[in-house]
Amino acid sequence: MKAKIYINYKDGILDPEGVTIGKALNTIGIKGITDLSVGKYIEMELDCKTHDEAVKIVKESCDKLLANPNTEVYHYKIMDDK
Amino acid sequence: MKFAVIVFPGSNCDNDAYYVIKKRLGVNVDFVWHKNTDLNHYDCIIIPGGFSYGDYLRAGAVARFSNIMNAIKLAAQKGKAVIGICNGFQILVESGLLPGALITNQSTRFISKETHLKVLNNNSLFTNKYKNQEIITMPIAHKQGNYYADQALLNQLKDNNQIAFQYSNNPNGSCYDIAGIFNKEKNILGMMPHPERASEKILGSNDGLKIFESMLSNI
Repeated sequence: MKAKIYINYKDGILDPEGVTIGKALNTIGIKGITDLSVGKYIEMELDCKTHDEAVKIVKESCDKLLANPNTEVYHYKIMDDK
Repeated sequence: MKFAVIVFPGSNCDNDAYYVIKKRLGVNVDFVWHKNTDLNHYDCIIIPGGFSYGDYLRAGAVARFSNIMNAIKLAAQKGKAVIGICNGFQILVESGLLPGALITNQSTRFISKETHLKVLNNNSLFTNKYKNQEIITMPIAHKQGNYYADQALLNQLKDNNQIAFQYSNNPNGSCYDIAGIFNKEKNILGMMPHPERASEKILGSNDGLKIFESMLSNI
């Protein structure tokens, strides 16, 4: 199984990188972007038999290390091998 | 009496801290590798600046799982003085020994320059050689030094006098101009400015030396 994990800043946390990139896109003439946030994307290969088992590993990884609960939120997708 | 300077892979201010304790204070000091599990023989602990584990994921995020962190927690519980400078502050915040978070500077840039700080609370193991409201000079050198606390935490920091230093001219976007904070018990200090780089006049300022002298006077 494979997990795709997305980590972003919580609402209200300053994302200076996102702001800078948003301005740059505006500068080169790409209009219509109202907000842009930069996060992290992590892929994991998982050796587990059930979806629940995979969720448990992903959640524990995010809670203990991958995301900082003070400033970040995460979401994930589990892809079955089939 | 002995100081410990913790060394992680990627620490780079460890020699500066060691030098100040050894040569400026004239006190015994050891480098302690992060794989060690025991700090019983040390009275004061310095977590120095640098880029532990390459700052991968978030600054300080990986270092907090090193063996030495349990020993640091134990030492802190016993009331020993623990100071985290720059990356050391980031590690203390990631490990939960200090509250809040340190996020990317508002400018998104690495900032290396002299800053002026106001001493907000001189009633601690680290600051009792200063006067309250005294303005002191120390350099900063960081990209993730923008201290973040939500309103509830900020109120708690103010109510408990946990704010050690404030920037006179906020360089990085830190909330409430915070440059350094204590834990509730005031035996852990985390700060982004570098007192070890401001401990002799030839380096532009020796205002930082008083932090180490304060620690020494309390043992």
